[in-house]
Amino acid sequence: MPQFLEHSMTSWRGQEVEHQLSIVDQFDPRARIITAMIFAIVVVFSKTLWLPFVGLLLAFTFALSASLHIKRTLRRVIAMDMFVLLMIIMLPFTMDGTPLFHLFGFAASQEGFIHAIGIALKANAVVLALLALVGTLEASVLGHALARLQVPEKLVHLLLFTVRYLDVISREYKSMRKAMKARAFVARNNLHTWRSFGYLIGMLLVRSLERSERIFAAMKCRGYCGKLYLFDTMSWQRRDTCLILIIVLFALFAIASGAYLR
Amino acid sequence: MTALIRAEQVSYSYPQRGMVLDHADLSLYAGEKVSLEGSNGAGKTTLLNLLVGLNKPKGGRILAFGRERLVEADFVEVRSKAGFLFQDPDDQLFCPTVLEDVAFGPMNQGKTPEQAKAISLEALDRLGLTGFDERVTHQLSGGEKRLVTLASVLAMKPEVLLLDEPSNALDKEARIRLIEVLQSLPQAMIIISHEPSFLDALVTRRTRLEGGKVLDV
Repeated sequence: MPQFLEHSMTSWRGQEVEHQLSIVDQFDPRARIITAMIFAIVVVFSKTLWLPFVGLLLAFTFALSASLHIKRTLRRVIAMDMFVLLMIIMLPFTMDGTPLFHLFGFAASQEGFIHAIGIALKANAVVLALLALVGTLEASVLGHALARLQVPEKLVHLLLFTVRYLDVISREYKSMRKAMKARAFVARNNLHTWRSFGYLIGMLLVRSLERSERIFAAMKCRGYCGKLYLFDTMSWQRRDTCLILIIVLFALFAIASGAYLR
Repeated sequence: MTALIRAEQVSYSYPQRGMVLDHADLSLYAGEKVSLEGSNGAGKTTLLNLLVGLNKPKGGRILAFGRERLVEADFVEVRSKAGFLFQDPDDQLFCPTVLEDVAFGPMNQGKTPEQAKAISLEALDRLGLTGFDERVTHQLSGGEKRLVTLASVLAMKPEVLLLDEPSNALDKEARIRLIEVLQSLPQAMIIISHEPSFLDALVTRRTRLEGGKVLDV
């Protein structure tokens, strides 16, 4: 497995990266989540091309005001665009309509092409807005904000536990991986390699299961009875209401412009 | 004088490992700091688990805080009075922030959020962790994690402390800090450790788990 793939599989460094406080950081986490959600709904359900385009421009504004790290953001957006690219290639050939050109006897339709561009615009706009508004939140703050937004407790707990133990599990993975390398293991395409990786993943599962039992025992030792208690210092300001108002206005404008009518 | 917590003739066996405890006796009296030594896999952690009811003995009795403890409901009270410090701090710190983790115990004991917060901040202060409350737990260093887990146990105001290899993987400074803190605590404790120097600095009585029995050293 290439190094960079292994890295992205088990690391979650994004939240640790320190950055200068941006405009977006001044808003309440809840306001940012709600804004991102409304924005995504408005953009995704549009039936025209211009609305996703305006959305993309708006998402750029969010990204600029969040002072996103350009290289890191680009890497994430490109990762998604790989899928989008595949779709742009496939869609014209799979959708019926006015043929634009022929390739090996297959007709590429104009409708499919327009549809693909629409999806590409929507996907990029939503991902960019999410990265700017929600991706800049620390993961545990995101959990707290979701809890305050009345997201079901179980889901919030799942998120918080994942955040907490992803790092521990990834450390375990890395140390086992190092131990393999220390005994001259090199990944090749042979049975030995696949079996070793199987053992590695199996061992990771077993260890995680055992750890979860120990965690549960530790929780019981401190009187756990089915409830976690979260403390936070979020406070809703006037600017948060303004942000929501702006995005609601954007939604109303989109509806009024007829972007959802065929 | 009756023991605060006492294992009487307890036995325990694992399906794979076989008998680890064979009619073992262990008592802890007020003001004592007792060591529990023994080789790897001798059953030291198992014995502590039995004392707070995380595992149930296959034979024998557990007496804690004045009466026999049999079922899960009995042990809920025991766990609140006997603070258990786990071997791996990562198993114990599961909340996102330090404050939430330390306040978890007091909240479970029925304190209001304000009370729990005050108790937690005080527990952190006592261990020299002032200003740590907003820190994210998984970004702490090993020594800090150990002290935070200790704070989270002390915040429950236990009468007894059960410490499972507390000095594990600590550097010299963190170890000295931990010894100072433990010396200053009034609670009776059982300490599992392999480090003679660590135990010498703390314990009043030494015991050793061997062949399934607890022997006085």
